[in-house]
Amino acid sequence: MSPLLIPFATIGRSTLGMLRVIGQVTIYAGQAVSHILRPPFYPRELLWQLLQIGWLSLPVVGLTALFTGGALALQIFAGGSRFNAEAVVPQIVAIGIVRELGPVLGGLMVAGRVAAAIAAELGTMKVTEQIDALVTLSTNPLKYLTVPRILAATISLPILVAVGDAIGIFGGYLVSTTRLDFNEAAYLRNTVDFLELWDITSGLIKGAVFGFIVAVMGCYHGMNSGRGAQGVGRATTNAVVSASIMILAANYLLTELFFNA
Amino acid sequence: MIRLDDVHKAFGPKRVLQGLSLDVARGESCVIIGGSGTGKSVCLKCVLGLVTPDSGLITVDGQDVQSGDRDAFLARFGMLFQGGALFDSLPVWQNVAFRLQRGPQKRPKAEAREIAIEKLRRVGLKPDVADLFPSELSGGMQKRVGLARAIAAEPEIIFFDEPTTGLDPIMSGVINDLIREIVTEMGATALTITHDMRSVRAIADKVAMLHEGVIRWHGPVAEIDTADDPYLRQFVTGAAKGPIAAVR
Repeated sequence: MSPLLIPFATIGRSTLGMLRVIGQVTIYAGQAVSHILRPPFYPRELLWQLLQIGWLSLPVVGLTALFTGGALALQIFAGGSRFNAEAVVPQIVAIGIVRELGPVLGGLMVAGRVAAAIAAELGTMKVTEQIDALVTLSTNPLKYLTVPRILAATISLPILVAVGDAIGIFGGYLVSTTRLDFNEAAYLRNTVDFLELWDITSGLIKGAVFGFIVAVMGCYHGMNSGRGAQGVGRATTNAVVSASIMILAANYLLTELFFNA
Repeated sequence: MIRLDDVHKAFGPKRVLQGLSLDVARGESCVIIGGSGTGKSVCLKCVLGLVTPDSGLITVDGQDVQSGDRDAFLARFGMLFQGGALFDSLPVWQNVAFRLQRGPQKRPKAEAREIAIEKLRRVGLKPDVADLFPSELSGGMQKRVGLARAIAAEPEIIFFDEPTTGLDPIMSGVINDLIREIVTEMGATALTITHDMRSVRAIADKVAMLHEGVIRWHGPVAEIDTADDPYLRQFVTGAAKGPIAAVR
């Protein structure tokens, strides 16, 4: 091959590789979804995953929301003061948290915690032949391992987002009333009056989509992990990176769909 | 009972199985020997459907392994994996009784636990091991638990993948004796892959030697020391010089 063509060949190879992975992930996700309603079901696995993914992510999501809400209030106050609009802090904190920061930061924090854990666990199961053992024991790994994780993440994340929204708004309230001299009752009234139901539900729908993405990417990369510690390490990194990028891309698409269509 | 006919399998440019043909009769204990990377594990995985061959036919009792009811097919098998492949998140008894707690062979929990403890006892483990987790066991104990899991549902066919790898000679002997006893007592058909000649002599009725993706030699275990095949000779004696390259 001519040296001039090498860069084009590299770009072509990478593009084809990326398209192949996108296709494989889509097929994998489709297969997993198709198994959700078909027996056998594993309710104990689902409950365990709800605990692992949902309950144990609460501190991470809650703390992230609390500090983000507080910082957001300070920023909006400082920015708003440039054109005498300091009074909009409660409204902007509420809408910013509920529509964007709650679901996106919640999704990213869960991606870091859960996608990594799922990929590492399933990757280790793969390299130690536990996945093969499941098959020989007449158990479909997609049903037993993937479906409970996808369901648990898709159910948990909207709940985590709802809790994160409340904590984030509380963070803004705390900073505004203690540091920026806002009146407590007026702050709360402004927040409640300003928010619409769709602001909240759109954020929760985003949360469900992000939960699905986190679990699919964790499971896909874990199940397709390479051999040895390096293979599992790479699967874990790929799961977190791809889940994070997909969350940000999906967030843009959903925002276009919900608020600009 | 198990028939592999001209089976080929390649992974990218690496041709692992290159026309492998082998028959294992019902109730027979067949051991496949061969160097590392010659396709022994791939052969087992092809029979179980964990790996799909590129060409060739694999049948069990005349039925193509790629067709028919997978669950019913796999219910006839038990397998001991090289590293045990125990599920880390489950206690020992639930590992052993895994098949008895779900699917068509599902039993009540108490009965499944009782069977698991009985199988653990059969492989020489005390009942108090039942509630431990696999990470709390030694390598030899994990192998025994893996063996108990393989026999828990009383399968007709049992596969053993390198059953003594990583064990000390005494524990290897214990595992070899257990496998022989259990296979005989259950009347099961056994297919074992190993490169441990002590295991071969303890477990096998028939030996097949796999080299470069084909069966180089096969015959009764009693003939492995007298057969004049140079490949088998070199493998059995462990000589560095011979037709099998030492560096592969």
